[in-house]
Amino acid sequence: MTPALRRWIFLAGAAGLVAFYLWGLAGLPGFGNYPGPYGDIINRIAVGQTNATGVVSAVNFEYRAIDTVGEEFILFVAAAGVSVVLRHLRSERERATLDEAREAPPASDAVRYVALILTGPIVVFGWWLASHAQTSPSGGFQGGVVLTTAVILIYLAGQFLAFQRISPTDLTEAVEAVGAGGFAAVGVSAVVLGLAYLTNFLPLGSTPGGVFSSGTIALISFFVGIEVAAAFVLIVGELVEQTLLVREGSR
Amino acid sequence: MQVFPFVVVAWILAVGLYGIVTSRHLVHQIVCLIIVQSSTYVLLLGVGYRTGAVAPYFFDVPERTPAVDPVVQALALTDVVVEAAVTALLLAFAVQAHKRFGTLDPQELVQLKG
Repeated sequence: MTPALRRWIFLAGAAGLVAFYLWGLAGLPGFGNYPGPYGDIINRIAVGQTNATGVVSAVNFEYRAIDTVGEEFILFVAAAGVSVVLRHLRSERERATLDEAREAPPASDAVRYVALILTGPIVVFGWWLASHAQTSPSGGFQGGVVLTTAVILIYLAGQFLAFQRISPTDLTEAVEAVGAGGFAAVGVSAVVLGLAYLTNFLPLGSTPGGVFSSGTIALISFFVGIEVAAAFVLIVGELVEQTLLVREGSR
Repeated sequence: MQVFPFVVVAWILAVGLYGIVTSRHLVHQIVCLIIVQSSTYVLLLGVGYRTGAVAPYFFDVPERTPAVDPVVQALALTDVVVEAAVTALLLAFAVQAHKRFGTLDPQELVQLKG
């Protein structure tokens, strides 16, 4: 298929898509006129039922927590998939150091200093996000990704060896499993107590919006933070490691 | 204008699809897929929006304050996570394709396959 033909087929398909989209648009309530009712109901009952003032987190970790288990395991499987796809082939050997592998010049002093200065605050920020899902716009997913950036900063500072030292693959995999398993275990604990899976069985705390409130929402968010951070460190590590590989015959 | 955000959704979707169809580089193609997916964030948040309403966080506002729909926001979060997972896997496949065939041009890859 020539590129020109491909483009014409695409334009024909896109025209059809646009027509259907406009048709669908005609039936939507206008922007800014959210009709409800689900969002309104949740907004009204969530704070009273869970003591969490962050209703998005309440939805994610309480009302549809079972979906979030699946979502978390999507990430878990993706990290495993990246490891499998990027496994060492028989024809590949590893270079001794990253410096030998990358032709780019080493990181400048400015990059190094900024990375070093930012690492600490970013770790604190990530944990703060992961532990405040119940109060404000944050949660385990966001916190976990921010925690990963701290590890990436260390790599950016040119310290691949340090990257490997602070995130050895075996340990990271174990941490990831603890995060993923912790979420599932919170759910099973409820079953052991004779409640439905993922029922919020912990005390809800006295004040809505307190850090120690909302029962399992805070706990699940914490485990999700661990899982997400470990999964992304694994993925980034696998991709970075590829620059260390040489195929037989090439160079 | 009442439909403007939804027109933006269609525009982002179309631009991303066009990029995927005409792309000459796998990494570029993956970025285009991310753009296609970004249109769903705008759609989700646009559907749940209510003029003058606050974010669904009642930490410092009374509980009865009109707020936007938290359900679509939670869905957008799921969307982001899935996108990150898909992107990671696709990038891994791109690395392997380059190792195997020595090129990242999707059209050349098709020819190599015969």
